Amino acid sequence: MSMLQIFDVSGSAASAQSQRLNTVASNLANADTVAGPDGSAYKARQVVFQTTLMGEVGAAGVRVSNVVEDNTPGRRVHDPKHPGADAQGYVTYSNVNPIEEMVNMISASRSYQNNIEVMNTAKSLLLKTLQMGQ
Amino acid sequence: MIQAFDFQAQALVLRAERQRLIASNIANADTPGYQARDMDFAKALREATGAMPIAGAMATTAVGHMAPTSGARDQAELLYASHSQDSVDRNTVDLERERHSAADNAVKYEATLRFINSSVRNMLDAMKSPNQG
Repeated sequence: MSMLQIFDVSGSAASAQSQRLNTVASNLANADTVAGPDGSAYKARQVVFQTTLMGEVGAAGVRVSNVVEDNTPGRRVHDPKHPGADAQGYVTYSNVNPIEEMVNMISASRSYQNNIEVMNTAKSLLLKTLQMGQ
Repeated sequence: MIQAFDFQAQALVLRAERQRLIASNIANADTPGYQARDMDFAKALREATGAMPIAGAMATTAVGHMAPTSGARDQAELLYASHSQDSVDRNTVDLERERHSAADNAVKYEATLRFINSSVRNMLDAMKSPNQG
């Protein structure tokens, strides 16, 4: 029954998108985190999507294959009075770019909505199919 | 009448198949490297109803050969949708087209359902005795 697999496909995509939204949330929450005593601040994280087969060739779902860290150096600000400042008086912040994260958030929430809409359509079609011949 | 019934049933199976393909495309709209798939509905329906020989099927040239059975195949021939815009991550899903296809396919699925329902109703009416009103 190919119609029922739509819920698997769109459901996997919706959960992958919500995981993406989750990483965006933790990135934004840590946008102003400063480096600890070890000198390394929070690094922005991104999810990597991968196609995964839901049984057959025609049903391609999505899964998060990996979560990668952005290794660009964090923002350094000269602030000797800051408790997190190093010997030269510089404070290292996390490398999160809030604008990129906001764009990522909008994109993820749009994709999430799209998948929910697909599931709603499939649901109403299936309910009508159940009433066939009445 | 039964033949029309069978035709609509094949069409319904293929519509469901196509809806699943579109759902897969929308689900993978953000997956790097994903190639959008679609099917040639008219060709698949002709193959399913036996109006056209199935592509790749063997010809029956001698008496003992068995003809391939017609009917909606579990796997219709999948094509790659041609993409309108290139993207850096090699993803070829055009979200606008997919949403349009999804709406179009859903309406046609429902239309096929109504055709089937009206055939059933016609058959039931024909079976009723004239005294039953």
